[in-house]
Amino acid sequence: MTPSSGSGRVSGLDVARRPERKPGRLGMALVRASAFLTVAVLVFIIGYVLVRGARVLTPRFLLGFPEKMGREGGIYPSIVGTFVLTSLSVAIAAPLGIGTAVFLTEYTSEGLFSRIVRFGTESLAGIPSIIFGLFGFLFFVIRLGMGWSILSGSLTLAAMMLPTIVRTSEESLRSVPDIYRETAYALGASRWQTVTSVVLPSAVPGIVTGVILAMGRAVGETAAVIFTAGSSLRLPGSIFDPVRTLPVHFYILAREGISLENAYGTAAVLIIAVLLVDFAAYYTLHRVSKRRSVTGR
Amino acid sequence: MSRKEKFAEIALTVVGLTSVAVLALIIFFIFKEGSPALAHVGLGRFVGGTRWSPGKGQFGILPMIVGSFFVTFGALLTGVPLGLGCALYLSEFAPRKTAAVLKPLVEILAGIPSVVFGFIGLTVIVPLIRDHLGGPGFSVLASAIVLGVMILPTMVSISYDALRAVPQVYREGMLAVGANQWQTVTSVVLPAARPGILAAGILSMGRAVGETMAVIMVAGNATIIPVSFLDPVRTLTSNIALEMGYATGLHRQALFATGIVLFVIIGALNILARAFIRSR
Repeated sequence: MTPSSGSGRVSGLDVARRPERKPGRLGMALVRASAFLTVAVLVFIIGYVLVRGARVLTPRFLLGFPEKMGREGGIYPSIVGTFVLTSLSVAIAAPLGIGTAVFLTEYTSEGLFSRIVRFGTESLAGIPSIIFGLFGFLFFVIRLGMGWSILSGSLTLAAMMLPTIVRTSEESLRSVPDIYRETAYALGASRWQTVTSVVLPSAVPGIVTGVILAMGRAVGETAAVIFTAGSSLRLPGSIFDPVRTLPVHFYILAREGISLENAYGTAAVLIIAVLLVDFAAYYTLHRVSKRRSVTGR
Repeated sequence: MSRKEKFAEIALTVVGLTSVAVLALIIFFIFKEGSPALAHVGLGRFVGGTRWSPGKGQFGILPMIVGSFFVTFGALLTGVPLGLGCALYLSEFAPRKTAAVLKPLVEILAGIPSVVFGFIGLTVIVPLIRDHLGGPGFSVLASAIVLGVMILPTMVSISYDALRAVPQVYREGMLAVGANQWQTVTSVVLPAARPGILAAGILSMGRAVGETMAVIMVAGNATIIPVSFLDPVRTLTSNIALEMGYATGLHRQALFATGIVLFVIIGALNILARAFIRSR
């Protein structure tokens, strides 16, 4: 403890007698201001994009095909592409991520092996998306010969969202009280039975929330997808076809100055998608934790 | 142990190794593809070279290293105080109901795609800088502001967790001896949460170094070492993303080598962050 904290205590006693001069007035004001500035930035971003993009959001734009590189027409193939790519990456990453979390919480005690697994997961979480993009391009697109395709993009995204799913699942598994497990064991259940019939069901809200949040990040990801899923404007026929996801389409429209108007429209769709996903995550956690307050976090 | 039990255990062990395997694959492929360029150009001339013109066979990434450094430093200058202030408010001062509303809002900020941040930077911040401060507008400053906002969610949520982890007894003790709330926070809560807050700063730094698309849209991407905060700048990540689409041969390998440098920087930051979190 520094000497200054001692003197702070003395002046604190001092102040208690003279409440008209409160120390930290300025500090408190700054702290409050930074919180409201943060929220203001958020509101501005969402408002700006939605207001500017709203004009473009017609059924023709949402369900139409792009014409002239996206200068005219709609974004239907990108909406479909984003949806399929995101769903597939969740389908790949969720079982692996939840499995890893079950392994870490239920099947090992803290030891060298679990430390290695945790190190791998944490390191993966810090890797920038462009590196995932490079890796996906080298490994899935070229080495495994999948080409620019939904499959390459999904596998890359799945690798990227894995740490998020592991961490949130692990947190919710750990929040299941041990008494549940002990009771199950006392009734003669095996470890696997305990996990599947007692632990996992209690942890479902937290796990689902984590998966949904990971999905939200995947929807907006650009750098990792542009080199693995390609930028074709055609409607994909199978998971082996390339797609141009919404963020990639938006990036190309905005950066190459193709159509600012359609860029705003695409951004608005993207923001709405992200907000819906966030709302779904919040709703899942909130509603279920209310219903089951014993395990609620 | 039944066969089903045994199978479940083995399967989960294998699944648990996925992330380690993915990490190993990433390291292997990036290094394998990038190291020929490092060997060909020479590590010193690659990292220390000031000229990047692939057409002439010049591969020096010092301008991008400096660029990444400036941009990241600028982002920390804007994002860290703001984020820490926000975390302090949520954790220490906000009425419970206000905090319950604000916390999810900050999490929404984390979900906004980076291209959208870049676009707002492009259409709002770049013209503002150009009109009021001069220069092309595409600059270190524009990137620092955009990235500063982008690291807010990381900064806020990790510092918030660190602040919440400070035992309530500490606060009560201070209040009991007559300190007011602000004194309690500055002299007890903040010092107790310091390792976690430092970790939040370092992880935010990792995010800023690694961000790509938003920076490309506002940085100007010139391959020169910036001398003013109004100069255009190119970061390591932008260098990869801008040229990957058409690069071949040694040029492409040099981009992967840029990836190696980025990887090493991020790795060092993560190890540092982990050390701080452990020391708590």
